[in-house]
Amino acid sequence: MSVNITMKVNGKSVTAAVEASTTLVEFIREHLRLTGTHVGCNTSQCGACTVHVNGRAVKSCNMLVAQAQGADVMTIEGLAAANGDMHPMQAAFKEHHGLQCGFCTPGMVMSACELKGKVTNPSDQEIRACLDGNICRCTGYQNIVTSVKAGLAAMS
Amino acid sequence: MNAFELHQPKDLASAATLAGGGGDLRFLAGGQSILASMKLGLASPDAMIDLSLIPDMKAITVAGGVVKIGAMAKHADVAANADVKKAIPALADLAGGIGDRQVRNMGTIGGSLANSDPAACYPAAALGLGAMIHTNKRNIAADSFFLGLYETALDAGEIITAVSFPVPEKAAYVKFKNSASRFALVGVFVSKGAQGVRVAVTGAASCAFRATALETALANSWTAAACNAVKMSADNLNGDLHASAEYRAHLIPVIAGRAAAAAK
Ligand SMILES: Cc1cc2nc3c(=O)[nH]c(=O)nc-3n(C[C@H](O)[C@H](O)[C@H](O)COP(=O)(O)OP(=O)(O)OC[C@H]3O[C@@H](n4cnc5c(N)ncnc54)[C@H](O)[C@@H]3O)c2cc1C
Ligand code: FES
Ligand code: FES
Repeated sequence: MSVNITMKVNGKSVTAAVEASTTLVEFIREHLRLTGTHVGCNTSQCGACTVHVNGRAVKSCNMLVAQAQGADVMTIEGLAAANGDMHPMQAAFKEHHGLQCGFCTPGMVMSACELKGKVTNPSDQEIRACLDGNICRCTGYQNIVTSVKAGLAAMS
Repeated sequence: MNAFELHQPKDLASAATLAGGGGDLRFLAGGQSILASMKLGLASPDAMIDLSLIPDMKAITVAGGVVKIGAMAKHADVAANADVKKAIPALADLAGGIGDRQVRNMGTIGGSLANSDPAACYPAAALGLGAMIHTNKRNIAADSFFLGLYETALDAGEIITAVSFPVPEKAAYVKFKNSASRFALVGVFVSKGAQGVRVAVTGAASCAFRATALETALANSWTAAACNAVKMSADNLNGDLHASAEYRAHLIPVIAGRAAAAAK
């Protein structure tokens, strides 16, 4: 069965007819060709596919695109300014070496951005708890925590 | 995932009519459990009924000593709700400790209860507070709701609409996390209120259950020591690569004791 989808992705309206079983990440990567959002596990464990739906961080591999009908979706491609200037959270990851292979990074950055306004001056421990849903196989998390702290400070 | 018909009804009556149609159908609440089952081929429904467009199923109200939570309320919304935090802090804490932020932004209380995962958190709260589960057909007491592994008293096509939790004098939920899955290896909910002392355990058996020996112990003396003196039998408890049945049996009174000490 096909369903008609209308939503905003990174501020632009999109419409498409897709199979009802299409996940949000399949739609983002395969229909919209926005491949910045990664698929690490496709089983809701790793958080690499994290995007914002109406401002909330969700794992896009674990929801149907139909569940985001009419929503405002933001992917990693939507963060940087139109002139290419990095978003403060992206800049903080670059500055503090918050990535190695970079596979987890789009999800980490999207999860971290959602914390704005929800936590104030978080401790390292709180940042780790808030990023519980994102797994990194490379960094050992130390620099990710430093980056998130700096990024949140720059965003406020 | 198999192909299916997706229905997105805009009111409860239409959802109930669709659900009465028979066939292999599933509701779609947050999708956080059912979509994973479908990817694994453990569920392959012909039709899914999305409950998210039905109005009034997300409301959270606190009145007359009862916290009433709509079935489609998300874990993150329960965790952040100021009235819930004030009336039953243990319930807000429990919701805020489910899975991770992304899961809490999608998963719902109705989906959690209907799923009756052996390691889910909300079933412990429902049993531990003596909740009433409201459906489109009737009210079901939590005590007779959880029947076994992924099995509940719900009839095929029956829809949970809301859950009512009586406000206790004090309560707490302590979860010993399985650090890989973030579910409960053992989780214990304790409460004291109009229904007496209640102790509910999740993560340890085929579904959440009340531990009557611990209830008696805490009714006599609300202390961690009273819990630690209780010996739980390992019979019928789960043993897996994460923990043996004996380990879980040992853990239950220990976690119950921590919950009793933390109760407020
Ligand atoms: C990584 C991860 C970690 C998790 N960790 C935890 C944890 O620590 N503790 C915990 O408790 N849970 C945990 N969960 C499960 C999570 O809480 C799910 O949100 C919940 O189990 C199901 O809720 P849902 O709204 O997503 O339901 P869905 O997946 O949409 O539905 C689940 C089932 O319930 C049925 N259903 C849904 N709503 C209704 C209704 N209103 N009436 C009748 N039937 C209905 C559906 O037909 C389906 O069979 C975790 C999940 C993930 C992916
Ligand atoms: S790809 Fe979605 S959580 Fe891993
Ligand atoms: S940088 Fe490689 S997985 Fe995180």
